[in-house]
Amino acid sequence: MTTNTPVLEASGVIMRFGGLTAVNDVSLTVNSGEIVGLIGPNGAGKTTFFNCLTGLYVPTEGTVSYKGTVLPPRPHLVTQAGIARTFQNIRLFSNMTVLENVLVGRHSRTKEGLFSAILRGPGYRRAEAESREKAMELLEFAGLANKADHLARNLPYGEQRKLEIARALASEPGLLLLDEPTAGMNPQETRAAEDLVFAIRDKGIAILVIEHDMRFIFNLCDRTAVLVQGQKIVEGDRETVQNDERVITAYLGAPLEGTSTTEDSQ
Amino acid sequence: MTTETTPVIPLPAARIITAVGAVATTASAFLAWTWTSDFPGDLTVTGYPGGLQWLTLTAGLLTLLLALAASGTPGLRWAAPSRSHNATLLAAVGAAAVTWFTLIAISVELGGLANLEPGGWVAGAASLVALLGALSLPLERHPDGNFGGLTKKSDQPLPAARQLPSWAEVLLIIAAFAIGLFVVTFGLDAEGGELFVGYLITLGFAVAALTRSGLTARLRGLTTKHRQVTTGAAFAAAAAFPFSQTSDQYTSVAVNILIFATVALGLNIVVGLAGLLDLGYIAFLGVGAYAAALVSGSPASPIHVQFPFWAAVLTGAVVAMIFGVVIGAPTLRLRGDYLAIVTLGFGEIFRITMNNLNGTTGPNVTNGSNGIPRIPDLQILGFDLGKAHSVGGIELGRFSNYYLLMLLITIVVVLVFSRVGNSRIGRAWVAIREDETAAEAMGINGFRLKLLAFALGACLAGTAGTIQAHVQYTVTPDQYTFADALPPNSAFLLAAVILGGMGTISGPLVGATMLFLIPKKLQFLSDYQLLAFGIALIVLMRVRPEGLIPNRRQQLEFHEADIPAQAVPAEAAATKAGA
Repeated sequence: MTTNTPVLEASGVIMRFGGLTAVNDVSLTVNSGEIVGLIGPNGAGKTTFFNCLTGLYVPTEGTVSYKGTVLPPRPHLVTQAGIARTFQNIRLFSNMTVLENVLVGRHSRTKEGLFSAILRGPGYRRAEAESREKAMELLEFAGLANKADHLARNLPYGEQRKLEIARALASEPGLLLLDEPTAGMNPQETRAAEDLVFAIRDKGIAILVIEHDMRFIFNLCDRTAVLVQGQKIVEGDRETVQNDERVITAYLGAPLEGTSTTEDSQ
Repeated sequence: MTTETTPVIPLPAARIITAVGAVATTASAFLAWTWTSDFPGDLTVTGYPGGLQWLTLTAGLLTLLLALAASGTPGLRWAAPSRSHNATLLAAVGAAAVTWFTLIAISVELGGLANLEPGGWVAGAASLVALLGALSLPLERHPDGNFGGLTKKSDQPLPAARQLPSWAEVLLIIAAFAIGLFVVTFGLDAEGGELFVGYLITLGFAVAALTRSGLTARLRGLTTKHRQVTTGAAFAAAAAFPFSQTSDQYTSVAVNILIFATVALGLNIVVGLAGLLDLGYIAFLGVGAYAAALVSGSPASPIHVQFPFWAAVLTGAVVAMIFGVVIGAPTLRLRGDYLAIVTLGFGEIFRITMNNLNGTTGPNVTNGSNGIPRIPDLQILGFDLGKAHSVGGIELGRFSNYYLLMLLITIVVVLVFSRVGNSRIGRAWVAIREDETAAEAMGINGFRLKLLAFALGACLAGTAGTIQAHVQYTVTPDQYTFADALPPNSAFLLAAVILGGMGTISGPLVGATMLFLIPKKLQFLSDYQLLAFGIALIVLMRVRPEGLIPNRRQQLEFHEADIPAQAVPAEAAATKAGA
């Protein structure tokens, strides 16, 4: 299923805030049809790395390219190029309806300007109708079609997450970045989210996902990269990551000298 | 969660007392309340109400109608779909308030209670009887509402409206707008401060009572169903206004209201849709007015040209738009409070610059503080707007001509606002207002769209400015300040948008009308004018924080309170199916 044409190539991304190096020389490739996980303890720089990819931050050094072209560090241009994202703490347009949220997501794929909106010619109507149709399809896909007219802020938490994904998909991306899509979900909802992520992959969209839920990550991901203190320490499949000592140390802490258990058991 | 009060007086008796009180209040308006016609409105005639007595009459009738309707009197039930006596109480309070206001005003103005005729005492007593009766009716209380929760909307949804043929519904809408036109005309024409204050009291309580009775909700249901009829009726009512006037005295007020309201609607694009707090918006009205004045052929203008109407309007709009872009390009990189401060500064820069381009401190372009006087009247296709014309036997004066022209521009602005607001561009503006970072992540070029909002808003204000220059004959820098006792100025414009309801069309129009009329009619208070106006604003914001006409989205929020009950099972099922 995994072909080897790279969709996203980040090479040598460094992000410094004054004296703090939040992301230190991280390179990561996502190939088409792949689901790649990004894990790491709190404060490891995962979200900062995401922000570098999407143009929210301008990386101090390094480049990010999408399908071979280097991306300018401007969020709307990145989205236009084909990378969509969701946010760690949900950032919906809370006073807009569910349908309107998804329609906003289509902004970069439509181009009706001010004058066509005022004149309302046949071209405008056709584009608007098409947008609505596509938005409804996405809501159907996310299981929110029956709530199209609700205000986004009145949706329950899990559905807000789904709506954020639907909104991101509306920009017809080739790569979707999910920032902790199952945070705060119960096991059932997490399972449903897994199915949704697989369904998105089956649409031919590559996915890079930050997550703390290890079962979720290992169920989904073809590859997983581990970020610790801004550095990528290991990247590979489930076995490689799970058995890596540095990963265990990062998550559970280093054994105290003298009472070391790992060495005893070996 | 509502609780009912326990009445002291048994229900049938309370009903009778209320009804009798209301009838007596109504009847007392036909008596003489005072002995001298020195008090404005002439309240001395027995057998015919005058001035403030009309208001008591109206409030008394409304109390009677709501009392009977809420008690379920056959044939009158349409007047109170919510069957709530709270509406009756509000109307009764209004009747008592306006009656006692009149009695106190008479005593204060003429120097003592001796100036009241027995008729006045009858009116006062009757209104109190009605109030007492209404207080004894079963009332709903809301624990977290204003005024003991008496005005808060009931939890119970209204019963479904009776199906009417659509021609009847259209007739109802037209009737509602005819009443609306009459009410606004009454306020505009109100002679003397007492009558206007009484008018405000009656209007406030009447609107509250009708809202609580559910009648406004019914009307809103009709207007959303027949949207085009509603818009047409609204503009027809507005166009009918000059024909209802015998002199040009109040059309001059009306045309200024229309200019102010149109500019407020333009500001609503910037503030209400795109969420950019602009405190210097009046400058764009000024730019349009100055541009039109310079090309108007006024002898004081250094450019000796006289553009035809269409070219003058285009000049004003385009120059204002260019200013919008020039001011917006550097400032729109700021967010929130910082943007507000910078726009405030630019608004003042405009005024000071116009003052300084006087030939002494700068090149002579604007005549400095003297402004550009003697702007000639507009000629459109040979039609002189400065002269009175007779239409269908009714004489329309200069201000009526300008009023009708301005109304056309208002219609254009309303059209632009509604079409752009509900389009890809409008959605992007709202998205930026809600969360700019998320909006940019959706592919929206935040800076460009904010600049577009700024430019469009400036363009609309500039268009209104071109008419304003001609209406007022003169443009001076002092017309375009940040804050003043009288509109239009930036502070009033913003207040009109916020008081009226952000992001709506009718909100700023209603808000602007009120903000124009209240200070104008309170001028009789002289030194206390601003104090009274401030109190009026505080009361308005306390009673309706969401604005007089809340946004469709906020309505949706109220509306949705009933929906989740059905929606939750469907969602739970979806989750299970997914698992």
